[in-house]
Amino acid sequence: MATTTPPTTETSSTAIVGHDDLYRQPTFLTSVVKSDTFRLFLALVALIVVFSVLKPTAFPTLSNTLNILSDAAILLVLAVGATFVIITAGIDLSVGGVLVFSSVVSAMVMAGIGDGTPLTLIIGLIVALVAGTLWGILNGFLVAKARIPALIVTLATMGASLGASLLITNGVDVRNVPFSLVEAVGSGTVAGIPVLALIALVVAVMFGIVLAQTRFGRYTYAIGSNAEALRRTGVNTTRHLIKVYALAGLLAGLAGYLSTARFATTTLGGHSTDNLATITAVVIGGASLFGGRGLMIGTIIGVFIPVVLQNGFVVLNISPYWQQIAVGAVLLGAVYLDQMRRRSRDR
Amino acid sequence: MPASTSAVQPLLQATNIKKSYGHVQAVRGADFTVYPGEIVSLIGDNGAGKSTLVKILSGTVTPDSGTIEMGGKEIKFDGPTSARDHGIETVYQDLALAPDLDPASNLYLGREVFRKGLLGKLGFLDRKLMLDNAQLQMAQLGVKLKDISAPVADLSGGQKQSVAVARAAMWAQEIIFMDEPTAALGVVQTQQVLELILRVKAAGISVVLISHNMPQILEVSDRVEVLRLGQRVARFNAADATVDDLVTAMTSGTMEVNN
Ligand SMILES: Nc1ncnc2c1ncn2[C@@H]1O[C@H](COP(=O)(O)OP(=O)(O)O)[C@@H](O)[C@H]1O
Ligand SMILES: [Mg+2]
Repeated sequence: MATTTPPTTETSSTAIVGHDDLYRQPTFLTSVVKSDTFRLFLALVALIVVFSVLKPTAFPTLSNTLNILSDAAILLVLAVGATFVIITAGIDLSVGGVLVFSSVVSAMVMAGIGDGTPLTLIIGLIVALVAGTLWGILNGFLVAKARIPALIVTLATMGASLGASLLITNGVDVRNVPFSLVEAVGSGTVAGIPVLALIALVVAVMFGIVLAQTRFGRYTYAIGSNAEALRRTGVNTTRHLIKVYALAGLLAGLAGYLSTARFATTTLGGHSTDNLATITAVVIGGASLFGGRGLMIGTIIGVFIPVVLQNGFVVLNISPYWQQIAVGAVLLGAVYLDQMRRRSRDR
Repeated sequence: MPASTSAVQPLLQATNIKKSYGHVQAVRGADFTVYPGEIVSLIGDNGAGKSTLVKILSGTVTPDSGTIEMGGKEIKFDGPTSARDHGIETVYQDLALAPDLDPASNLYLGREVFRKGLLGKLGFLDRKLMLDNAQLQMAQLGVKLKDISAPVADLSGGQKQSVAVARAAMWAQEIIFMDEPTAALGVVQTQQVLELILRVKAAGISVVLISHNMPQILEVSDRVEVLRLGQRVARFNAADATVDDLVTAMTSGTMEVNN
């Protein structure tokens, strides 16, 4: 009975409360400065400083900076989708194949119309987005409904989408891409900034806000953290997972369109390692492969670290092969840090 | 507190509930009663059917037969959501918290509040409102956390349990079911959770507690109902019962004794 309980068993975590100061919330600034993302940002800055000091005439120039931005743009679009997927504790290996497929069908449609008007470019964009989204829905359906592991599903659709691309093109790249697309999007600039980079940045910011501020984002974290807990609250977790994979497909479709615009051709053979580059960027950015953790700002930084390394090595005349080794080391470091975090939390 | 149970109308009355899994009869015509504003413990040996009965009463398992009445009206659940619509919440044995989310996000999981206006229509969350309300809820229940924005994974076992209980208390209008809420906790943390349960009761919500700790049961409960082989075999007022009474009923009770 209530009256028979010892009245004063106050302890460190519960007590009858009269002191609001015990609900401490760190200030915004301290939580930013103490965050892993901030340290990652410092690492990126350090890289930039080192390359700039070593090669002040070639690295910190405007044209080289624009180069870096263009190189990062398509990878960033893919990585935005992968951030959502990885936070659900999933993985998407199919993005490179889906990118190529979307690029091929949209380039063929635009070449078929042949006039290169803005309307044609918009039709091409829609075709690319729809093609990518359909692959994404297929991935999501197989993962969430058929319960096949994401690794296997997206490995299969990676092969299937690339195979389909080779079939419909007979293995020959579509080259008669509208020149207006290349001009406007591929090599175009607004106020000196490459259009590709602007699009990628808008996508990253927009979906960063979705991830951090909306219920869609909240459920994405919750699924990766404890899907069963979310399901028990009455949320349709299957549908949410399908949406997440559909989003990754949509963005792979957009990336395909941007790739066509950038290279003025489809690039059938050029995207076989996009999936690994994407996952690497997201994981360097601090997202956990076990799900539940990750920030879009981390992904943005995580995309730039390999790209800056690559560019810096080229500028310094170091063999670009070193870049692969360096990125591999950074990736291992990132995953190791995540493991340590988990271990100390599970104690 | 309903000392003489006959005077007060039951809040929830389950009658002749049966549930089999294949050849296993988990619950064999069990009755169970919850009165308004009480803590009632459901006890019984391992395999007596306690968890199954609680799952039936909280809507996660559908019984083969039997009736459930609330406030005198028969109700049927199709899933935990419909039990929640009747003001019933459950604290699961595995807590069902998302460890990477903070306590406020967990309290509102699946029941998020949108912002007003266009942003809300676009799916934007009212994080401030949810955080403030969650903080208020935790304060009312006396749950103290050093950093309210830290993920649940960083909390101690007792604090995690407290968050799970706070979530149930925040949404329950009528009853909270708790299946062995202190089984995994140490002495101090167990005491914290028991205090929390008493505060939930003080807020006017009935609590159904499954536990194996007899002294603890007698300490916090108003009443005790005993399940044996899938049937209710005894009911006690906690004030009049001893640990021996409970153990005897659990192990050798065959028919219902009211005392
Ligand atoms: N999902 C299930 N499938 C098969 N048998 C079950 C299931 N749930 C419970 N049982 C059986 O029903 C009986 C009662 O179990 P339970 O309700 O968990 O008892 P208690 O919680 O009192 O220990 C046990 O024999 C158990 O093995
Ligand atoms: Mg049990």
